[in-house]
Amino acid sequence: MARIGVFVCHCGTNIAGTVDVKYVAEEMAGEKGVIISRDYKYMCSDPGQNIIKEYVRLYKLDRVVVASCSPLLHERTFQNTVKEEGLNPYLVEMANIREQCSWVHKDRAEATAKAIELIKMTIGKARMNEPLFPKRIPIERQALVLGGGISGMQAALDIALVGHPVILVERTPSIGGRMAQFDKTFPTLDCAACILTPKMVDVRTNPNIRILTYAEVESVEGYVGNFTVQIRKKARSVDMSKCTGCGECMQKCPSQVDSEFDLGLGKRKAIYTPFPQAVPNVPVIDRVHCRFFTQGKCQVCQKVCPAEAINYKQEDEVITEKVGAIVVATGFDLSDPNTYSEYGGGRYKDVINGLQFERMINSSGPTEGHLRRPSDGKEPKTLVFIQCVGSRDENLGRPYCSKMCCMYTAKHAILTKEHIPDAQVYVFYIDVRAAGKNYEEFVRRAIEQYGAMYLRGRVSRIFEKNGKLIVRGADTLSKGQVEIEADLVVLATALVARQDATKVAQMLGIPYDQNHFFTEMHPKLAPVENVTSGIYLTGACQAPKDIPDSVASASGASVKVCALFAHEELIADPMIAEINPNLCSLCHTCVDICPFSAILEEEVQRPDGRLRRQMRVIDGVCHGCGACVASCRPGAITLKGYTDQQIYSEIESLASCF
Amino acid sequence: MRYAYYPGCSLHSTASDYQQSIDSVFRKLAIELREIEGWTCCGASAAHVSNLLLPVALPVKDLLQAEKMGLEVIAPCAACYNRMRQANYKIKESAELRQKVNQILRADYQGQVKVRHISDVVVNEYGLKAIGQLLEKNLKGMKVVCYYGCLAARPQKIVAFDDAVYPSYLDRLIQTLGGEAIEWPFKTECCGGSFSVSKKEVVLKLTHDLLDTAKDLGAEAVVVDCPLCQFNLDFRQGEVEKQFRKHFALPVFYFTQLLGLCLGFRQKELGLEKLNVQPFALLEKKNLFV
Repeated sequence: MARIGVFVCHCGTNIAGTVDVKYVAEEMAGEKGVIISRDYKYMCSDPGQNIIKEYVRLYKLDRVVVASCSPLLHERTFQNTVKEEGLNPYLVEMANIREQCSWVHKDRAEATAKAIELIKMTIGKARMNEPLFPKRIPIERQALVLGGGISGMQAALDIALVGHPVILVERTPSIGGRMAQFDKTFPTLDCAACILTPKMVDVRTNPNIRILTYAEVESVEGYVGNFTVQIRKKARSVDMSKCTGCGECMQKCPSQVDSEFDLGLGKRKAIYTPFPQAVPNVPVIDRVHCRFFTQGKCQVCQKVCPAEAINYKQEDEVITEKVGAIVVATGFDLSDPNTYSEYGGGRYKDVINGLQFERMINSSGPTEGHLRRPSDGKEPKTLVFIQCVGSRDENLGRPYCSKMCCMYTAKHAILTKEHIPDAQVYVFYIDVRAAGKNYEEFVRRAIEQYGAMYLRGRVSRIFEKNGKLIVRGADTLSKGQVEIEADLVVLATALVARQDATKVAQMLGIPYDQNHFFTEMHPKLAPVENVTSGIYLTGACQAPKDIPDSVASASGASVKVCALFAHEELIADPMIAEINPNLCSLCHTCVDICPFSAILEEEVQRPDGRLRRQMRVIDGVCHGCGACVASCRPGAITLKGYTDQQIYSEIESLASCF
Repeated sequence: MRYAYYPGCSLHSTASDYQQSIDSVFRKLAIELREIEGWTCCGASAAHVSNLLLPVALPVKDLLQAEKMGLEVIAPCAACYNRMRQANYKIKESAELRQKVNQILRADYQGQVKVRHISDVVVNEYGLKAIGQLLEKNLKGMKVVCYYGCLAARPQKIVAFDDAVYPSYLDRLIQTLGGEAIEWPFKTECCGGSFSVSKKEVVLKLTHDLLDTAKDLGAEAVVVDCPLCQFNLDFRQGEVEKQFRKHFALPVFYFTQLLGLCLGFRQKELGLEKLNVQPFALLEKKNLFV
């Protein structure tokens, strides 16, 4: 007969506000097998945990039921609590009377009755609990970092510093990411390139880091400590071992196309590096635009290359690597400025977005740092910046704040005035959000020292009249309509998740939110971890983040990777599926249904020496979701910790309530 | 094709020319319009600023009639269309309001009757391709601006059937008819709406801006699908010209009138003589006058 202790938590007023916890605890005392039942204000606190420990010791409890919050939050906490008293952690069960009860009900009597039912069910299950023992799995101590922007680079450097090998995979021909496109950075106005390019060199020269640019991860299999990834190295058409980076080929290449790096404001060649400080400084041939690949003749680059590095026959190469942890640093996209019909919807050349402004004012950009109207090349004198374009907009299904636009717009205002002192700058804003170290001061500088005119209100329409852009908006502080004749309009367009973020998430098996940003394990207490263990998040793939935040989260993720790599073995959760070969008919239904590819058929030798085929669940890959259990016709699969007996016992307990 | 038809007060009064042209065009398109029997005011202009219940209860009364007919509703007036869509939306959204309204009307309405704007049906349901095959004349050489106003575009998620700021359905129709629809930024700008009655000076300023820009861009006429817009731009045009000392002489057509001309109807069948700014000189120039 089990000796069960029931511990009911108030969670301050979170539970006690709606559920009569004292009464619930008293009611539970009479349940079959319950030796002791009591309540406490915060069960998860130190004194709360001490109560559990004391009672386990005093009453020789062998099952513990904690009625509190979701097991997602505190199951681990209470498992560790009982472990200290020598009890197997899997003999703890949690009844969720917060998220699934007190938070969603208003009526005290009904919520209390429901809490009782929930706890009775849990007691029923706990009665049938068996001790479970985790398995040990070896860890491959090499990390993969996805994305070579500032956060991916920082993560790679931090992990490499501890001595672990890192593979840094970047989709474009160079590492550097968005930061390489910026001119100056807020709130210090130091030049982005001056702080970024040395870091890029650090990454390149670090012996522990292997950079794979112009490459994409194609598949990820396995589990924490033991991922197998396939990486496609796209054909560069340039031999990396021979190329000296002299740039002769790029000068002589006859085909020009719009530069992605300059967002269409400048041109690049068909053989190119995205920017002069690229790492690696080895160009790629864009086969879609190369004359040789499209028309069959040209080959100028091959003729001029002194190192004979051009290789038109190069093919994509797919390599397989084993890694123990993956850091996702895939970054963000900007929403398409052409979709905002009130701002011209792409009809006006002189309506640009913040990143285009950044390229224009960058001395290595397409206009060599001179502000010019894209339409006629004239220097703009009146500039209007519009914030929250596409952000904080329920109509577009994008209610979130893009976070850094307030700051970069203030920076743009300052830079404009430094480049063109007699320019007049207007900024339309909803609220100025400058909550960072020295951020508010920076915005005040833009307004007070540089004379940027901040107008609180939305712009309703932009239209062209006599070669000027008329910006019509509301100034809600003076309660009037304003019309500004602008030469250049800069839209702070929303930061959005990468276009293929959902595909990447599916490949990695990680969740994403309604805006397609990847979801961390806990928004406050596990901000870089992921529910898929072994995968960590950093940078703006998670939510809009500026440079300081991206770097900080990168270092955070690196610490988590290094903590994982601190051990040679991993202790795996034992609550996984198990197949009884004596009942299994080898029908493979479970193989088809398993979302994690955790089940395989193998040949084993029986004690009598004969070979026999049977199914096996791979420890560490199985997540314990139970899909195979439900699908198994002969009932050969058991989910440890959720056996049929445990579930039946739960149901019986519930039925006995009515 | 068959629809329940809700003309609204304008089409029986100031916009009787719109009604006439609709009758002609729909006959040709073989779309049957069955007028909702005993229809009453939709509540536009006044009800929605007076309280929260009346502007929902009024259109629901008509929608209940339509529900009995088992048909989708066509509203040619953008204000009626907007009120009916808003009523449906609010009925679906708020259980409390739904209960109140049903109590008042002694009914059980759940917001299920689909309400369509007349242009939506012509352009998107009947289709421009099909219209193209019926044309007997075209608008070749005629430069117009299409003016959509606000009531069939906003609030976006409740009423819009095209881009809420820069729609193009009328432009596409005009192109199908062979005319030139000029791109202009004021497609959904405000005309002042019913301020025409209470604060005329607002309407004069706003319609002036619209007409002035249209003229600047070389438009020879304005095309609309809302009787309120038409009234302000057409009926008030003389006053605008006087106040701002400008000469516009821009005819303001209902889209059904131009469509009707191309389908071979004569001016009388389209109510063209009822337009305040005479269109006949323009029509003659474009060989459309019969």
